[in-house]
Amino acid sequence: MNKLELQKKAVEVRKGIVTGVHSAKAGHPGGSLSAADIFTYLYFEEMNIDPANPKDENRDRFVLSKGHTAPGLYSTLANRGFFPVEDLLTLRHTGSYLQGHPDMKHIPGVDMSSGSLGQGLSTAVGMALAAKMSGKDYRTYCLCGDGEIQEGQIWEAAMFAGHRKLDNLVVIVDNNNLQIDGSVDEVCSPYPIDEKFAAFGFHVISINGNDFDEIDAAFAEAKATKGMPTAIIAHTVKGKGVSFMENKAGWHGKAPNDEEYAIAMDELGKAGDALC
Amino acid sequence: MLGDMIATRDSYGNALVELGKEHDNLVVLDADLAEATKTIKFRNAFPDRHIDCGIAEANMVGIAAGMSTAGFVPFASSFAMFAAGRAFEQVRNAVGYPKLNVKIGATHAGISVGEDGATHQCNEDIALMRTIPGMVVINPADDVEARAAVKAAYEYYGPCYLRFGRLAVPTINDEATYKFEIGKGVELRKGTDLTIIATGLPVSESLKAAEMLEADGISAQVINIHTIKPLDEDIVVAAAKATGKIFTVEEHSIIGGLGSAVAEVLAEKCPTKVTRIGVKDVYGESGPAKELLKKYELDAEGIYKQVKASL
Repeated sequence: MNKLELQKKAVEVRKGIVTGVHSAKAGHPGGSLSAADIFTYLYFEEMNIDPANPKDENRDRFVLSKGHTAPGLYSTLANRGFFPVEDLLTLRHTGSYLQGHPDMKHIPGVDMSSGSLGQGLSTAVGMALAAKMSGKDYRTYCLCGDGEIQEGQIWEAAMFAGHRKLDNLVVIVDNNNLQIDGSVDEVCSPYPIDEKFAAFGFHVISINGNDFDEIDAAFAEAKATKGMPTAIIAHTVKGKGVSFMENKAGWHGKAPNDEEYAIAMDELGKAGDALC
Repeated sequence: MLGDMIATRDSYGNALVELGKEHDNLVVLDADLAEATKTIKFRNAFPDRHIDCGIAEANMVGIAAGMSTAGFVPFASSFAMFAAGRAFEQVRNAVGYPKLNVKIGATHAGISVGEDGATHQCNEDIALMRTIPGMVVINPADDVEARAAVKAAYEYYGPCYLRFGRLAVPTINDEATYKFEIGKGVELRKGTDLTIIATGLPVSESLKAAEMLEADGISAQVINIHTIKPLDEDIVVAAAKATGKIFTVEEHSIIGGLGSAVAEVLAEKCPTKVTRIGVKDVYGESGPAKELLKKYELDAEGIYKQVKASL
């Protein structure tokens, strides 16, 4: 898929995020929107997956360690054909399979249940290790939040991945610099993130995570990197694509009201039109 | 052999080696305790399938979860304090919630850890694991049962918590005739006046206590509950109806463990007086295991005394 097509898909993914969260009257739009371009790239370009066969044992794996941004993953999976886009309207509703956080037992395309921060990377490491031990060539991708990496378990997992030289593992840190209580550097700074992962034995690539050229180059570099896992530090804008949500910690876990929803969809509609 | 003294952690290590010979997808994870958990036996036999995660139990459980999604059957091993205590939320959210095929092998449960003292004596693990929906909780009493339990856990698809001890205990089951079935209690001794329902290490001591009671003219039935969840409700209710006096014995807090499980069932299905014998809402302490079991009244004498006091 070329850059323009990816950009168009990302607009659709963002529409699905805003629509799902609006329908749910709850959820996490900010971090879903910041990572929307990464979600789009992974599922429409990078990963070896088949919506018709979501449990294929040779598929690439994805773990959303920052599981609260499930609306981003769900919208991407729906747009990719794993389940109907209309189902995004049931997000977080009683009885819906689209749970507030990813549920691998009920959602096609979800490789791991997640949401309790800090745990997803360990499970991704387990998947990558399993590939090495069974001689399979699938790759495992894990998206972490920059606030999430305050959890100590992330560094337990990083130490193990570096120690085991898991070059079939790519960790992406969505570095939008905001968490619930404020900016990550003010709450409890994880910086320098790149140097930390490097110290744990990772090949580190820092990019603009809302630029498909840079995303494309980073994943190509990760694939070419042998003998060590890769960490992509993706500098992003929280709430990216919806003007009033951008760079606002308040939009971490809040749904737009009807008026805000209309404005957001109008903006995304115009962004889509501009790409045609 | 009957009467042999073997710690169930040794049984765990031995069973893993035996199963490892038959099943290539069995992997063992450890957190720098292979010597103590006895998974070192597996490491020596199958070094490529033993994964030492270092001192990072939370990560170990997550790795096990991830590996299970790719078809491996991981046995994640540590002391009960760290497997069930430290990593509780990882077991709950990364293993229990997605119903993954991960086995938690927890050794050094209870006060019989001995000299290491209270920080390492986990009397709360059964309570913790029992609350996780879908979790199977097994606490074998001797070598025969422990090895059978490990095999049964491998053959069962789903999350399973296995509890083992550090102290050598006598073999009370005859390997030639013993059949292990998850969720099935075992009547070890018939009796008509009261029932002792025990699990794990104090099962053999409960049998001795029953003999002491017999000398006093009291006929005590002894039931071994190796699977605390799912609990064999039928055998518990039948015992309550038959003898009307229930005593539970466990090397675990009297809060949340076997005693609670039995009391919950009987409160709903056959209200009966239940006396819970176990660690009485206190921390353990340092000392030789046998002295501690005596001090905390979990040896035969202590069980006998507590039963008599409650009659």
